[in-house]
Amino acid sequence: MVGVRLTPAQVLELMPQQRPFRFVDEILDVDGQRITGRYTFREDEWFYAGHFPGRPITPGVILLESMCQVGVVAMGIYLFALERSAEEARAWTTLFVEAESEFLKSVLPGETVTIRGERIFWRRNKLRARIEMFAADGTLVAQTTASGLGVRNG
Amino acid sequence: MDTTTAFGKIVGIIKPFVKNTTAFGTATDGTRIIEDLGVNSARLVDIILAFEDEFGIEVDDESADRVRTLGDAVQMILQKTAPAH
Repeated sequence: MVGVRLTPAQVLELMPQQRPFRFVDEILDVDGQRITGRYTFREDEWFYAGHFPGRPITPGVILLESMCQVGVVAMGIYLFALERSAEEARAWTTLFVEAESEFLKSVLPGETVTIRGERIFWRRNKLRARIEMFAADGTLVAQTTASGLGVRNG
Repeated sequence: MDTTTAFGKIVGIIKPFVKNTTAFGTATDGTRIIEDLGVNSARLVDIILAFEDEFGIEVDDESADRVRTLGDAVQMILQKTAPAH
């Protein structure tokens, strides 16, 4: 195998998403089959002003994005590097292609969530993962089965 | 397995991903999976994995890349399920 096993910090460094659309603070562990990440929703996130005025709640689509940034994008970077090289991981972007999701609990400004992803398959640059998000007390917040497709940067 | 049986199974596998149901209703060997049936190209991986499960075969990337029409899929599957001589 010519690829490399990236550290969690290296995976995070290679993620293309940046603030204000980065919803991963830390990758705690990753091994190609499983990944764990963490994010704290800041009180001043841009979407709280409208969702909802005076009663901020993190939008479900943002929770989904956070789950996918960990379970699909970060995991995809690790797998690209493992299969090829760190340079190759940088040369590809994982685009979101499908998801089936469920949201069980609201996430409020200031909350920290932990995201755990498990690979279902990685084939022909397509990654599908089962991903769960947990509140600080361990309560399940949301879950999804989501897929991303790696496309070479133009 | 004969061509008709393979065609029927393939159509059943692809059906959940079809966006153009009109074209699907009149599908033939020449029907193109992406262009005519409107299947999202990202779903081709799902379809190939379903072929592997349904027919007990392994589809390498080169073979998968050659499948553009329903007829291409039939030929690939018949070839891979044919008894070895």
